[in-house]
Amino acid sequence: MIVSVRLSAMSIHPSMASAAQQVRDFWRLLRTHRMLAAGMLILTVVILAATVGVVLVPYHPLEVAAEIKLQPPSLAHPMGTDNFGRDILVRVLYGIRLDLRIAFMVAFTALVVGTLVGTYSGYYGGRVDDVLMRITDVMMAFPSFVLAMAITAMLGNTIPNVIIAIATSYVPFFIRLTRGEVLSARELGYAEAARCVGNPEWRIMYLHLLPNCLTPALVQATLCLGWAVLDAAGLAFLGLGIRPPTPELGVLVGEGALFIISGEWWTSVFPGAVIVLLAFGFNLIGDSLRDITAQEER
Amino acid sequence: MVSLRRYVARRLLLGAVTLLGVVVAVFVLTSVLPGDLASLKLGPYATEEGLAAMRTELGTDRPVMVQFVDYVSKLVRGDMGRSWLTGQTVRQDMSQRLPATIELALAALVMALVVGHVLGILAAVRRDSLIDQAVRGFAILGASTAIFWLALVFIYVFYYRLDWAPAPVGRLDVGSERPPPVTRLYVVDSLLAGDWELFTSSLAHLALPALALGFIVTAPITKMVRAAMLDVLHSDFIRTARAIGVPYRSIVMRDGLRNALIPILTTIGIVFGYLMAGNVLVERIFAWPGIGQYAWQSLISKDFEALRGFILVVAVIYVLINLTIDLLYSVIDPRIRLG
Repeated sequence: MIVSVRLSAMSIHPSMASAAQQVRDFWRLLRTHRMLAAGMLILTVVILAATVGVVLVPYHPLEVAAEIKLQPPSLAHPMGTDNFGRDILVRVLYGIRLDLRIAFMVAFTALVVGTLVGTYSGYYGGRVDDVLMRITDVMMAFPSFVLAMAITAMLGNTIPNVIIAIATSYVPFFIRLTRGEVLSARELGYAEAARCVGNPEWRIMYLHLLPNCLTPALVQATLCLGWAVLDAAGLAFLGLGIRPPTPELGVLVGEGALFIISGEWWTSVFPGAVIVLLAFGFNLIGDSLRDITAQEER
Repeated sequence: MVSLRRYVARRLLLGAVTLLGVVVAVFVLTSVLPGDLASLKLGPYATEEGLAAMRTELGTDRPVMVQFVDYVSKLVRGDMGRSWLTGQTVRQDMSQRLPATIELALAALVMALVVGHVLGILAAVRRDSLIDQAVRGFAILGASTAIFWLALVFIYVFYYRLDWAPAPVGRLDVGSERPPPVTRLYVVDSLLAGDWELFTSSLAHLALPALALGFIVTAPITKMVRAAMLDVLHSDFIRTARAIGVPYRSIVMRDGLRNALIPILTTIGIVFGYLMAGNVLVERIFAWPGIGQYAWQSLISKDFEALRGFILVVAVIYVLINLTIDLLYSVIDPRIRLG
């Protein structure tokens, strides 16, 4: 694994590899890990479509036109129209933007909270660690979607609440991962050295240990992006969190669900396919990153 | 043997602590979070008096600790409150709906276990071949599939287009009599009663939701079987077996699979979480009268004691399943309790 060894070398000592070398390494990485490349390609296309497409499509996501309701896909409306005559393509494009925003906020929140708490727990150990681990046990006793469902239901249907709810259900995974890493790293030479020269505890924890224990959590965060898209859309489909007429992918599938039995398949098949595509892209990247980092450790 | 007994005792204690924590967490989730139940229930146009009356009725005007003690003391007696929607106790509702959910979950699980093992073993035996890559792609795709979308696609294809499946409503055709309750799983009961027509009808209703749920769950199982088989097939004892000339097929099926079963067992615990989450969505789409649909109805109508009951039941089952699996392991595999 020459590629990955060099990858880790350059992440620790950025000065050692020139910019051109880094680009070359990145290309080689994509060539050897085709699933990673496929995931990146999918996401690039979808994100490009969502940013550029919104400008190109001549409709507004909330524009109602009763005379063209429930039209099958055509040149004017590539994904058809819904029961209010709204263009589904433009609603899907806006939906991608919203769902991506939610997914990144969720992964970021869970990553920050989880790694901070996990580092603390792993570094101090003892009673604090015991209590924190029991709390994560309890949080993990709820299937994460069910937990997110309950929190959203209690907090109320707003976008920030959806983000809080889903992020909360992911936090225990980050705590566990980071704690495990810190637990073994705190005994290593560099932590010992930092302690010897008189660094305060918080500096050792968050400036010395945390950056070196971050890799598994970052990989996990990539996977969480995919889960978050699925969970946010699932909640919206159930009528929780984001509500119609907001163009969100789960809302779109839910709105179209009523018409699937009467044959107007395009109303929910297209938005749902985009959900799967997004999640597939993130999962391809997350899975390959996990393989790559696992190989590096060996 | 002492160490086994100590391990089991420790694990049971931890399980009990987790269960207590679950009760506290369910209470905190449904009572302490900022959402005001009375205003959630009455909506934005509620008057002050109306809200105050509703708070008294719900008991949410009392101090939190009093509410908590009240909740726990009722729970100890098996009382999970009453549902506004059905007028029954939550316990009655749950026990009426649980068999439907179990039937669906079991069907999905059996399907996923069979398919997952076949695919996982195939992929592991021919590592890095085309089959392996296809199986890995399939596993990632399964983990990325929105179950509610897949269910709708199934309904469109198999009900609307091909007309192979009955209308996606409930467990039996409208007007059919339920089979005499033995296991309360209609597919089994109708067979026990010898009612062939009822059997095919209940099986047809079960097929699509079980397929959708099974598809989602197949992915993690396939992944785990593949990983576990690869681990085992690269161990020393397999190399020895091959060296002394044991046929490869029997190595894979007998020594390989048997030793891979232990890590695979863990996935069952994880899979249960997937099943419960998928359940709410699938039962809603197919109007399947299980606890998932009950949860959705109680969410939508702010029927909060019912919701509380659902969350508690799911979490308790989850904890108990994982506890059982852990204990099973420690008996089967001594390395775990010694390590």
